[in-house]
Amino acid sequence: MTDSRASDGQGEAAEGAWFHSDAPAERWLLSGYSRDPRERTILLELVARVVFPTVIVFSVYLLFAGHYRSGGGFSGGLVAGQAFVLRYLAGGRLDDSSTVSMRPPVLIGIGLTTAVLTGLVPVLFGGVVLESASFTFAVPLLGKIKVVSSLFLDIGVYLLILGVVLDLLRTLGSGIEADIAAPGGGPR
Amino acid sequence: MLALVISHLLVALLLPPVAMRHTRAAYLVAALPPAAALCWALAHAAAVLAGDQPVERVTWSATLGLEFVFRLDTLALVMTLLVSGIGVLVLLYSRWYFETPSGDAKRSAPLLLAFAGAMFGLVLADHLLTLYIFWELTTICSFLLVGQSGVSRESRRASLQALLVTTLGGLVMLLGFIVLGETSGTYRISRLAAEPPTGSAAAIATGLILVGAFTKSAQVPFHNWLPAAMVAPTPISAYLHAASMVKAGVFLIGRLTPVLSEVSYLPVVTAVFGLVTMFVGGWRALREYDLKLLLAYGTISQLGFLMVLAGSGSYTGELALAGMLLAHGAFKATLFLVIGIVDHQTGTRDIRELSGVGRRLPWVATVAALAAMSMAGVPPMIGFVAKEAAFEAYLGAGPAVAVEVGLVLGSVLTVAYTARLLVGGFASKRDTMPTEVHPPPVGMLLPPAVTALLCLALGVAYPVTDELAATYAERAVGHSGEYHLGLWHGFNLPLALSLITLLGGLALAAYNAGLNRLRDRLPSPLDAQRGYERVMGSLERLAVGVTGRVQVGSLPTYLGIILLTVLAVPGSVLLIRVTPIEQLRWWDNVLQLPLALVILIAAAGVVRATRRITAVLLVGVIGYAIGGMFIVGGGPDLALTQFLVETLTLIAFVLVLRRLPARFTETPSSRRVRLPKVLISLAGGVFVGFAALIFSSARDTPSAVSREYLEHAEEGTSATNVVNAIIIDFRAFDTVGELSVLAVAATGVASLVLSARSARRRKHARSDWESLSTAGRAPGERGGKGRT
Repeated sequence: MTDSRASDGQGEAAEGAWFHSDAPAERWLLSGYSRDPRERTILLELVARVVFPTVIVFSVYLLFAGHYRSGGGFSGGLVAGQAFVLRYLAGGRLDDSSTVSMRPPVLIGIGLTTAVLTGLVPVLFGGVVLESASFTFAVPLLGKIKVVSSLFLDIGVYLLILGVVLDLLRTLGSGIEADIAAPGGGPR
Repeated sequence: MLALVISHLLVALLLPPVAMRHTRAAYLVAALPPAAALCWALAHAAAVLAGDQPVERVTWSATLGLEFVFRLDTLALVMTLLVSGIGVLVLLYSRWYFETPSGDAKRSAPLLLAFAGAMFGLVLADHLLTLYIFWELTTICSFLLVGQSGVSRESRRASLQALLVTTLGGLVMLLGFIVLGETSGTYRISRLAAEPPTGSAAAIATGLILVGAFTKSAQVPFHNWLPAAMVAPTPISAYLHAASMVKAGVFLIGRLTPVLSEVSYLPVVTAVFGLVTMFVGGWRALREYDLKLLLAYGTISQLGFLMVLAGSGSYTGELALAGMLLAHGAFKATLFLVIGIVDHQTGTRDIRELSGVGRRLPWVATVAALAAMSMAGVPPMIGFVAKEAAFEAYLGAGPAVAVEVGLVLGSVLTVAYTARLLVGGFASKRDTMPTEVHPPPVGMLLPPAVTALLCLALGVAYPVTDELAATYAERAVGHSGEYHLGLWHGFNLPLALSLITLLGGLALAAYNAGLNRLRDRLPSPLDAQRGYERVMGSLERLAVGVTGRVQVGSLPTYLGIILLTVLAVPGSVLLIRVTPIEQLRWWDNVLQLPLALVILIAAAGVVRATRRITAVLLVGVIGYAIGGMFIVGGGPDLALTQFLVETLTLIAFVLVLRRLPARFTETPSSRRVRLPKVLISLAGGVFVGFAALIFSSARDTPSAVSREYLEHAEEGTSATNVVNAIIIDFRAFDTVGELSVLAVAATGVASLVLSARSARRRKHARSDWESLSTAGRAPGERGGKGRT
């Protein structure tokens, strides 16, 4: 889900920090970036980049934890979406690493398809639509892991919500920003 | 049977890639499933005639009682012979007709096959809902086949008209099916036939079903979609709009004859509408110069004839119906295919331009003549045999005489337009230059030759036809009769009527030119096409009017309407049913007090705010405070969701606010409606407040459902979070439904915003695209192409 370039940057930067602590860790900030310096908040940019992976991991945690504690696909998807919102707020529409390579409508479609297929799969095994089953695996090191088939429905919810938030960003966020930047682009 | 139907649809699904590369081979592949269906039907023919009907029942949703039931009885056998037999021939013919690999050719092969499958399922159906599904599938195929690429305005209009008219009829028919099925307790046609429903429910259902049959079979006043649909390529017209689909209405009446035997008005209504249709169609056919349109009106006329017979309810009438179904399928398909050849080889279908085609294409003309003889009812063709039976069916006194006279008059018109077709299409005319003709390939002539020979064979071998028809008629009316299909019944009244018909028709054809001049001067007060256009026009005007009045584009108005509705519907109930508010206490937890205070202050602030951003932030404060309330109240899931949604809403607001003025604008007009606004919102707030109090005091113990959820969450879904178990397991169906709503809503909003933006962008690009080229813009955006 996360952009590969972003994580690369993180890896390199971390390496740089480890071995050459005096080298400028430029990758933490947006490079080749032509935003008006008066509109730029370096602190927020930095924080967004540092926090982003953590928030994404947290959203995945929420997705899986939902079965037992607070959370679930809906809140997980919203948290993941808001990680991207944070990056947009920090970097604006030119922070192209904040856009997922997948187009939001595709993400929405994948989410909906996952949810519907989860409902239909039990029919193939002679069950009824949306029936759920749980499987327990023994994984070395981790011990026993229980997977409930309705988790896939939750994954569908997660992807769909993430897609909806990204769509919102695309249309209301960078869309309006591009509009303002265009000549005769209205107030402000 | 289901396997055969599905194999049609499956092959149709897999065919498009083949059709892209090898268009002609695709038609040969497409002919295979109908050929298999035909062989299968022929293999079962002897058993079916002996009374052993194969039945197949597939239950696909036991809980809802939904099933597919197929049964091959005699009527289904007759129709299968038509649908699959002519289907194979038309597909083989299409291989030659569509010469260049055009878009039409690539599209039509899979669609024709899908149509053949749908039609096959329709004739086999022994369940009203199964029948309905295939009925509508044929409509959809017809829409796509008539519309083709949708490039020309004419084809778009014709396909839409066909779709609207037949779907309207189909929906009304579905209503009739439901009335019939619900009152009788079964949707199985064979069970309904065993115990025919009686009473007003059956009468109402019959009326509704008749609308469906009339629209599909192009009866007056719904007939006009059929000539319009003639914009389709000729093989499609031959198959859908002559041989098979338009017969579905007649077939339906024939299929339901035993079911509706207790409905007394059925024969009267079908006779009246059928005769009017027969007459109108024949009359219009005599005026047309386009051979295909002439045939289309001829089809309407014949469908009227079939409709009269289908509703007759007498043994001889049903006998004639079966004979006529076979006859009409054979000769009409032949004639359409022959006209297609003429059109294909000469480039025109206009009677006024064609001359000497018969001399150049003697074989084509022979085939056409054979079929035309059958259409006109000349012995020894099947058309003659069937028409004799029809005349025999209405011998008698009383109202039957009127029908008989109508049938004879209609048949006179039939003979006349048949003569017009033959002479106009093939004869040499003195004042017209002989048309330039290229000889057709043999493969193209073969399919119509087969059907033309069938016209002859079915007539000469009348005992075979009679056995088929008699078995059907006996099952339909429940008893057998004296009459048999045959070429010679001695000197009797039907023979005399046949003679009158032939002579009268030829005379009419001879004087037709003069009659046409007279007809042009007659006023035409009732034009079905103009009527259809007027209905559609007023529907559009109504839609524009309603939309213009309801969608005024003002947010306060929308909010006001929503609030007023809430106040009127649940609000009034709240007033009428005075519910006591019990267990009222100030707080459950002291922490609720400061949170409530925050909410109140923020709410007051929203009302006082003059800047938009202030108002939005204060609304956010209210939302977070309510989330706090949830935490205090012990709902962490709810609180988490509330915080997340609140954050997202806030950000969305802020993003949009960039495009809006910083302050709320006040205009004189908005000041005038201030008081109503205040009143409505106050009333709304009071209602919601009281409703919350009443609803929360109405239940002091957990409901039975909640208890069930709490008890079964752990073992049933192995979830310890009951909220999550409800969302993704107990009420998973709701969740999937909400997901689809969300997906549609999000996509819709995004599309609206993006399309509005690109429209604006285009406007700017036009006005000053010079300056656009200097503006910095992100790669991959639409405006980027302005860079020079």
